[in-house]
Amino acid sequence: MKLKSILVSLGLLAGASFVQADDPLKVGFVYVGPVGDLGWSYEHDRGRKGIEEYFGDKVKTTYVENVPEGADAERVITQLAKAGNDLIFTTSFGFMNPTVKVAKRFPNVKFEHATGYKLSKNLGTYVLRTYEGRYVSGVAAGMMTKTNTIGYIGSFPIPEVIRDINAAYMGAKSVNPDVKMKIVWANTWYDPGKETDAANALMDQGVDVMLQHTDSPAPLIAAEKRGLRAIGQASDQSKFAPNAHIFSVRDDWAPYYIKRVQAVMDGTWDSKDFWGGFHEDMLSLASINPNLPAAVRTKIDETYSAIKSGEFKPFTGPIKDNKGNIAVPANHSLTDVELAQVNWYVEGITDEIPR
Amino acid sequence: MDSDLIVQILFAAVKTGTPLLFIALGEVICEKSGILNLGQEGMMLMGAVVGFLAAYGTGSAGLGVLAAMIMGCIMSLIFAVLVLHLGANQVATGLALTIFGTGLSAFIGSGVVGQTIQGFQPIAIPLLSDIPFIGRILFSHDILVYTSFAMTFILMFVVYKTRIGLTLTAVGENPHAANAIGIKVLRVRYLAVMFGGVMAGISGAYMSLVYTPMWVENMTAGRGWIALALVVFASWRIGRIMLGAYLFGVASIMHLVLQGLGWSISPNLLAMLPYVATVIVMVIISADKFKEKLLAPRSLGKTFDPRQMA
Amino acid sequence: MIHIQARTEPSSLMKIASPLLAIALTLVFGCVLFSAIGKSPTQALHVLLIAPLADSYNIGEMFVKMGPLLLCAVGLSLCYRANLWNIGAEGQLLAGALGGSAMALYFGDSNSLFALPVTLLAGIVSGMLWAAIPTYLKLRFNSNLILTTIMFNYIGLYLLIWAVHGPLRDPQGFGFPESAMFADATLLPTLFESSRIHLGVAFAVISAFIAWFILSKSHLGFQIRVFGSDEPAAKYAGFSGKKLSWMVMLFAGALAGLAGVSETTGPIGQLVPNVSPGYGYSAIIVAYLGRLHPLGAILAAVFMAVLYMGGDLAQIEMGIPVAVVSMFQGVLLFFLLACDFFINNRLAFSNQATN
Repeated sequence: MKLKSILVSLGLLAGASFVQADDPLKVGFVYVGPVGDLGWSYEHDRGRKGIEEYFGDKVKTTYVENVPEGADAERVITQLAKAGNDLIFTTSFGFMNPTVKVAKRFPNVKFEHATGYKLSKNLGTYVLRTYEGRYVSGVAAGMMTKTNTIGYIGSFPIPEVIRDINAAYMGAKSVNPDVKMKIVWANTWYDPGKETDAANALMDQGVDVMLQHTDSPAPLIAAEKRGLRAIGQASDQSKFAPNAHIFSVRDDWAPYYIKRVQAVMDGTWDSKDFWGGFHEDMLSLASINPNLPAAVRTKIDETYSAIKSGEFKPFTGPIKDNKGNIAVPANHSLTDVELAQVNWYVEGITDEIPR
Repeated sequence: MDSDLIVQILFAAVKTGTPLLFIALGEVICEKSGILNLGQEGMMLMGAVVGFLAAYGTGSAGLGVLAAMIMGCIMSLIFAVLVLHLGANQVATGLALTIFGTGLSAFIGSGVVGQTIQGFQPIAIPLLSDIPFIGRILFSHDILVYTSFAMTFILMFVVYKTRIGLTLTAVGENPHAANAIGIKVLRVRYLAVMFGGVMAGISGAYMSLVYTPMWVENMTAGRGWIALALVVFASWRIGRIMLGAYLFGVASIMHLVLQGLGWSISPNLLAMLPYVATVIVMVIISADKFKEKLLAPRSLGKTFDPRQMA
Repeated sequence: MIHIQARTEPSSLMKIASPLLAIALTLVFGCVLFSAIGKSPTQALHVLLIAPLADSYNIGEMFVKMGPLLLCAVGLSLCYRANLWNIGAEGQLLAGALGGSAMALYFGDSNSLFALPVTLLAGIVSGMLWAAIPTYLKLRFNSNLILTTIMFNYIGLYLLIWAVHGPLRDPQGFGFPESAMFADATLLPTLFESSRIHLGVAFAVISAFIAWFILSKSHLGFQIRVFGSDEPAAKYAGFSGKKLSWMVMLFAGALAGLAGVSETTGPIGQLVPNVSPGYGYSAIIVAYLGRLHPLGAILAAVFMAVLYMGGDLAQIEMGIPVAVVSMFQGVLLFFLLACDFFINNRLAFSNQATN
């Protein structure tokens, strides 16, 4: 019995090397959090389910949740590769170096790492243009605020978050020249209690529209309780705050995942640094609240369409940073590589980036 | 910083401190009997998920709290049987309880992730809530916050003024002597551990029904461990636990408030503060020989087997 | 009637039989659990408990996982033998990782032969320092060691997170909270080709034997054992409790620090915020499963490593959610702890109730 089962498991591994044509394509996912976090990992898992729905029997997906971003990551990714997965998505920044190492050892397996910056022949990266959603959020917040103060809960001061703070502020400023933004770092991606505390601390100081770059709906609930406004992040959070909710900027990984799975099936997969946003339908504005004034609604739609069509790019010069230096020269829009390195606040934000 | 803001901060500190207060009150009773239960995080998560499920299913937040209390108690019984009856090591058993509770809560809660419920609404206490400052800070909360006030005062009375309290302290200080004068040590410890479980259950329910009315995996985010520091910080005194819970509450929101005001501080170094403060308090109280009664219960963490009397 | 009777001396048969009984009970529980969620129990148990040892790659990874658990558990075993309730292995491990990484980064690209030994030494010393503070507080101020060591776990964790967000952050890392990758001269060599087993794993096994030697063959070990079983007698015999506490605690701190620096210079290769997925806490369980015997700790550490890896494999091969795996692990630990009861007690069957 024991011998047999060992043989079976060895057989499973050996089987990976002679996959037949009609075998399903195996796709693996590595999540940093639990799929029940209702935030980051939850959304990636929705993307995974999207693949299953789209391809049916032609794919077989596997995921590993709660993988620590330490020594374990490399093992889990390797085991996914060994289990015969043809395409593996590693969905958190901390998986970057482990993914690079495993990709080197499995040249026939395709790897895709979210939010990172290291590429190789069989390792691509993919990022959401979350700043597009933030810009629209800023526009809405700038119009909705009565106190001219909007609040932003940051997680960690990494370029993605700083870039989005800038986008939100520029959006707000474009419709409301007097607007101020208060920023608080919660130092977590995910702690509903802490996010509530942060939202309350901001609203105590005159903030009446909340934006956040953390994952739980807690700030919306806090805003709802006070009769103020908030914007949902990553998933459609409208039902947590029926009155407060302006809209949610929803991440949707499924279109990308489907495209990449298809590419592997067609043999057209290549390694690249992919950025997806409104245009690719990877970001959308979910559940825009009918209680918004018509003018705000119109402006939201306009801004959304302008960004989606590519007619407007939020990081187009001239933009100064808040130290007075030119951050983006006139007639230049930041390239993706430059976007990945934003480490300055735009002019008008009075805070310092914490070190 | 104007007075309005200060009131708001203190109001928020009471809210933030309440789950810590509940679980620390349970833990202090448990520790006073000589038992160290490191399974609080697991018990709290189970309280949070079961409380949410019950409230979601029945539509009654009150029933949710009740269910959470029962669940906390059941979890603590697992610990109690292992530690008290089977003589298992307290630290290892407590850690196992947390592993188990984290898994079980995620498992049974997976169906309600993303659901919402109507939690408890704030009730301003007539007259009291009109007192300037204090009224807003203390008397415009929800029913669970008032319950935590009541619990603190009841426990202060029971522990310091009644025979029950004497018995509890005797068991924690010297179980052998207590046993010799006819106290049923194991029974006292069972009850203390179960009380800890019930309080952990309420604490969890406070998170999932009041603080952020929803269920998500691992939503307590380490508050069970902070409670452990709080008990030490309060040097096992019940009144100080209440004070300490609100101080911890202030500490955990203060850096958010200061950032909003434009101060730039490393949030990581600030996060360290409650623990550093706890160590300092511990050193101060233990350095003073005259304050010996403020020290940890002497039998804390040690196994007691009435059948193996020295 | 069945009643419980204390044995006059611990049963050596039950010492071996009790873990087997616990495992048998867990298997029964596992069958019920996995059937309940609609998975094949035999396959699940196979994946959880046998697959981690089923091929050479997995065995290698098992050793990688075992290393830090064992290093911490060996030190803790000695502490607990001497009645020193050190819960602080986690903090000491993190301190070791932090101190060692700072040194590794200080060496930069240097090819010096001293780079690795000095880096390891820095880790060891940092771990010792982190153990020394609570020890001093206990001896000087009579503070409760359980509680101070827990506090220092947290202080160590936040110190590490602060460093990795601040002074030790990779300047070329796009602002992400990770250090630069260490240069080859500061990386622990691996012992075999194509496996991640590194020198740190060897250190772990050697340390277990050293601890065993100290405990059973040396005068110091004799003192530890006397202190553990009968403190007044030890004092009467003129043994210095202070000296003993210092030696045991520093030894434990050194091993935990070595575990930390071995993780960062071994499988991870850089300093990241998640160096340890709670090794220091798991090591407490390992120490008890190993019955506070350094060689027993080897078996127990292997067992825990298998259990953790099995959890990931169960997700990969069978789609069993991590929640179910933690439940299974928790119950297994309960049974293991509970069954030890029969070492010192037995069930007696009789017709009359006796006492």
